[in-house]
Amino acid sequence: MSLSDSSQNVLSSPEVKISFCVNAQQLQLSIDPFATLADLLRDSLQLTGTKIGCEAGDCGACTVLLDGKQVCSCLVPAAQCDGREVTTIESGSASTLRDENLSAEQARQKRILELLQQTFHVCGAAQCGICTPGMLMSAMDLLLVNSNPDRREVEDAIGGTLCRCTGYIKIVDAVLAASELLAAGKCHAAGYKPAESVLADTGAKQNLKIVGLPVPRVDGWPKLDGSERYGADKAPADALWLRLVRAPYAHAVFELGSFDPLISRFPGLVRVLSAEDVPGHNGFGIYPDIKDQPVFAAGRVLYRGEPVLALVGEKSVVESISESDLPITYTPLPELDTMDKALADGAMRLHENRKDNILINGRVKKGDSSVFDRDDILSASGSWQTAFVEHAYIEPEAGFARRVGDRIEVTASTQAPQMDLEEVANVLGVAHDAVRIIPSACGGGFGGKLDVSIQPALAVAAWVLGQPVRTVLSRIESMCSSTKRHPASIRATAVASREGDLLGYRLNGDFNTGAYASWGPTVAGRVPAHCCGPYKVDNVFCETRAIHTHAPPSGAFRGFGTPQAAIARELLYDQLADAAGLDRLQFRYRNAFRAGDTTPTGQTLNASCGLAECLDALRDDWHTMRQECDEHNAAAKAERNGGPSGQLLKGAGIACMWYGCGNTALSNPSTMRVELAADGRIIFYNGAVDIGQGSTTVLLQICAEALGLPIDEFNLVLGDTDLTEDAGKTSASRQTFVSGKAAQLAGEDLRHQLLGFLGANTDAKLSVDRKQGELVASMELSELRKPLAQLPSVTNTRGAEVIAEGVGCFDPPITALDENGQGKAYATYAFAAQICQVDIDLRFGRIRPRRFVAAHDVGRAVNPQLIEGQIHGGIMQGLGMALMEEYVPGRTENLHDYLIPSAGDVPHIDIKIIESPEPLGPYGAKGVGEPALVPTPAAILSAIRDATGIVIDRVPVIPSRMHAELRRAGF
Amino acid sequence: MQQNTGFAAYFRPDKLEDSLELLSRQSLRVVAGATDIYPARVAHRAWANPQLESWLDISAISSLQGITTTATGWRLGALVTWSDLLAADLPPCFNALKAAAREVGGLQIQNRATVAGNLCNASPAADGVPPLLCLDAQVELASAGGKRVIPLAEFILGNRQTMRRSDELLTAIIVPSPGSTALAGNSLDSRFFKLGARKYLVISIVMAAGLVQWDENKNLVDCRFSIGSCSPVAQRLTAFENDLAGLNLDDMARGSLAVAELVTLDHIEFLSPIDDVRADAIYRRNAAVACLQELLESHVSFYRASVS
Repeated sequence: MSLSDSSQNVLSSPEVKISFCVNAQQLQLSIDPFATLADLLRDSLQLTGTKIGCEAGDCGACTVLLDGKQVCSCLVPAAQCDGREVTTIESGSASTLRDENLSAEQARQKRILELLQQTFHVCGAAQCGICTPGMLMSAMDLLLVNSNPDRREVEDAIGGTLCRCTGYIKIVDAVLAASELLAAGKCHAAGYKPAESVLADTGAKQNLKIVGLPVPRVDGWPKLDGSERYGADKAPADALWLRLVRAPYAHAVFELGSFDPLISRFPGLVRVLSAEDVPGHNGFGIYPDIKDQPVFAAGRVLYRGEPVLALVGEKSVVESISESDLPITYTPLPELDTMDKALADGAMRLHENRKDNILINGRVKKGDSSVFDRDDILSASGSWQTAFVEHAYIEPEAGFARRVGDRIEVTASTQAPQMDLEEVANVLGVAHDAVRIIPSACGGGFGGKLDVSIQPALAVAAWVLGQPVRTVLSRIESMCSSTKRHPASIRATAVASREGDLLGYRLNGDFNTGAYASWGPTVAGRVPAHCCGPYKVDNVFCETRAIHTHAPPSGAFRGFGTPQAAIARELLYDQLADAAGLDRLQFRYRNAFRAGDTTPTGQTLNASCGLAECLDALRDDWHTMRQECDEHNAAAKAERNGGPSGQLLKGAGIACMWYGCGNTALSNPSTMRVELAADGRIIFYNGAVDIGQGSTTVLLQICAEALGLPIDEFNLVLGDTDLTEDAGKTSASRQTFVSGKAAQLAGEDLRHQLLGFLGANTDAKLSVDRKQGELVASMELSELRKPLAQLPSVTNTRGAEVIAEGVGCFDPPITALDENGQGKAYATYAFAAQICQVDIDLRFGRIRPRRFVAAHDVGRAVNPQLIEGQIHGGIMQGLGMALMEEYVPGRTENLHDYLIPSAGDVPHIDIKIIESPEPLGPYGAKGVGEPALVPTPAAILSAIRDATGIVIDRVPVIPSRMHAELRRAGF
Repeated sequence: MQQNTGFAAYFRPDKLEDSLELLSRQSLRVVAGATDIYPARVAHRAWANPQLESWLDISAISSLQGITTTATGWRLGALVTWSDLLAADLPPCFNALKAAAREVGGLQIQNRATVAGNLCNASPAADGVPPLLCLDAQVELASAGGKRVIPLAEFILGNRQTMRRSDELLTAIIVPSPGSTALAGNSLDSRFFKLGARKYLVISIVMAAGLVQWDENKNLVDCRFSIGSCSPVAQRLTAFENDLAGLNLDDMARGSLAVAELVTLDHIEFLSPIDDVRADAIYRRNAAVACLQELLESHVSFYRASVS
């Protein structure tokens, strides 16, 4: 390349020419040699199918093939691409190149990728889809050289690519399925269509009874061919770049100087924004009355990474500006980095109006507290500590905002468009109808994208400047500033009769809510309601507090505090079971809630109470697991001093959970619409955001069955707040239950109207004959038809003329809780029990879960494949929380110091789906998203105790902690 | 002020002489696989401390590629990646280095990162160092003024510090043959053990490498062990090696207890492990002993199986 000739000259030019081949097309480009291949693909070639997750080689989302080998495109200098061949996700089904324009090798590569895309689709290997292009590239790298890999070889090949949603199982299944098809020579058909999958077609798309079928994601294909647009994948061409300047201190006051010198010194820097530029209220937060988190800190920062300024302008310019260039003078102050320090006498307050740094107290009191003092009972007590846990969605926060007249539009990755709308309106000081939120595809959320992140700053910048503004957070920024799972400090006591009947449960829990409120009140409220678990306990006393510290805000994370509380409870119940001489599963079965029982909040469970069935489904596996562990451990003990196999212990663990679907004792409505448009199209308006869990598919299945039309007939309008109604946030395992019910009601409403137009019976089969332009109702022996043009016309909710509109609204029936936490906290509860077998090596203290069996009562499995995906992913997140994940501000703010499970850490998982129908739910369904994770850490700790007798009191149990415990216990 | 108005230079010569000439005239960041440099840039940028440095990209210098056999051993060019190493036909003394190669990042990293870069980056947790210490590897440093060859054990001075002068380029890793018998058969065995908190993509908590040779009388005639991530620079365990020297396989009690007991905390006492997010120092000490036990046990059982 030209650079090689210039070595004797002074400097290279800022841009150099390279010639390289991308997806079989030869290109010549002028490039910045320091740019990465990922930037080159995304920014210069608009090949945004390649995703950027960490820019450090830690996640593999940006994986492409370079000369046929997988590489992280974020680590390849553009200059090194000269003369090379690059293959991206866009070379698969999205490629417009025909075989005759490809070399034989290129054609082979394309077929392998297409095959993988199909098997990923059919196997449900893509959830949020952000890792999928990288995963497909890693898998392609393998199949190019090994067409018959085993499971381990697949794991090795994809080991450098992280997925936070799927637990990897369906990904490995899909790669193996592709290799089998490859071996069978079944990839000859070039130019296939996704619908013509070479795998077994479920036939689901034409089926009218579609609830209960494993329909592949209806929004799945764009995630597989690289065409899906996430937060970082699009923005107006004239968008300015916004960079947040973040405080390097956890606690400091600061003063700002004039920005004018900065702006004149850096041409291309258009504007510097600070707190005083926020037109409305400089604060946001989940609760309407607690908008305490500033868009830009006003003179004081309360956590490391808090935004102080925004630099807006040309990207290269704003990114070149150093801390030392900026007119910020910090005065660092002492930080309260633990709850103990924040609660200490005389501690300074983070927020003036929050005494003792307590944000809120939560409480449930029921029964007689003297039960704990009885001496004819069994009692177990303990205390536990858990860590900050990072969501680690592979897509960092990204998006853009633009001002359209007197309105603002924000396109970003989110779980809660309606809440974003309210936050943006508040921050700008404009009416709600002046704000439009257009969710991009969401590359993983898990609760972390419920709070706004970049949206307020983007909106302020676009509003003030009148020009579109975009930003993409780096991994480090995302990790240091986004919400976390609350670290918990829990003390608990459980008591039971000598026969093993639970009598009382007491818990005191402090939850580290970080610098701002976020979801702290929710955690403090949800934990008491769930604390004693899905068991009949008459005397329950639970007090929780959310405590402020100088740390990033703790927010919502899959389970809202209940996974932490489950650890304490399930380990105590294990001890009571042992003391009562009962098998641990049997102890739980004996105490499990059944329909008719009353919860600690005084609510009677009328139906859909399937825990006993879950436990029954696990019984055989449980006894096998226990027996295997006992036999192994007996042999290991005999050999402890005799050989390496004596260095391994096995344990069987069990834990149960229940989880209230939807808000705790708060209204939580969802509205869905479906219409027959004047042109005969069926349009489903769904404001729920699919963050990978599959609500777009599930809600469509429900609506389609209710309306009585196949899902292929539907056109979808998703998420946009100008076009869809408020479906509430994607949180609290509520979309299937709440929005699903709304979708069912909407479908039934439209069906009722359409049948009425034709005078047809309720059991008639509806269809729209578009060729004839007629609405049709078919009965067994007759058929009724009417031209669409002769049908009535109505104005729909959004003011358009349509033939008919069906609207469904569902707000789960709950009541407010009194001062003792008594009331109907949730309309329905999901139940689950998980058992697991773990290996513990005594030499190193490593804990390796080998097998899980998970039984989940989901009411009704609307889409079993998606449910399995949730359970796999939930268990893997729970495994991470138990064994490896600990966010330490300033220390583990990247994905090589903060470890999430990789493809090699996955146990075998068997799933038992239990269907105890919920009368309120759509076709009996309730939620599963969070329940999948809630019992997992507890089950792992239960297994550790089984193997070693050690009650672990702190997670994550990294090897060094387990090893110290083992030594303390005399191993 | 200069840093904001000027721009950094990106040099990518295809001749070694040109590289050395450039290095002799200015300070340049040497780049090959670039797997360490971009993450560092990203971290600087996130905390508003962008770095503007000029780079010397050596990836186009074909003379730095490849693994060659020499009269006295092997020569790994500075551009040899972990994947190149894994694909190369090398004798068992390289098994430990190959095992380490399989655990460097993911395949994406192995396909790009160079073994030489791993040495120059000089992380205390550099996966390549313990196996190369067991191989008594040397590094070849070239400058416009000439070449020098330094033992690896001396080359790395500390955390992120090496003896490479700013006008020098590490051009090759030189591995001397570990003795004539080594190439003949399975009396030589080399192994690597990496302890991490997850399976893939993991920075070691502790790691160990071993290389042993047995003579025809089942005597241990050569043994070399090293430990990484327990000191600023990975270390050979000379005292341990001396204690093991001359041991006879048949003299060892059957069962691994005796083997495991050959390793004591005293052997690693000179190391200086630290407390960090991955583990505490006490654990690292114990784990270092356990790593050595694992290694020694597998060396012995492998050899026992081969002679029985």
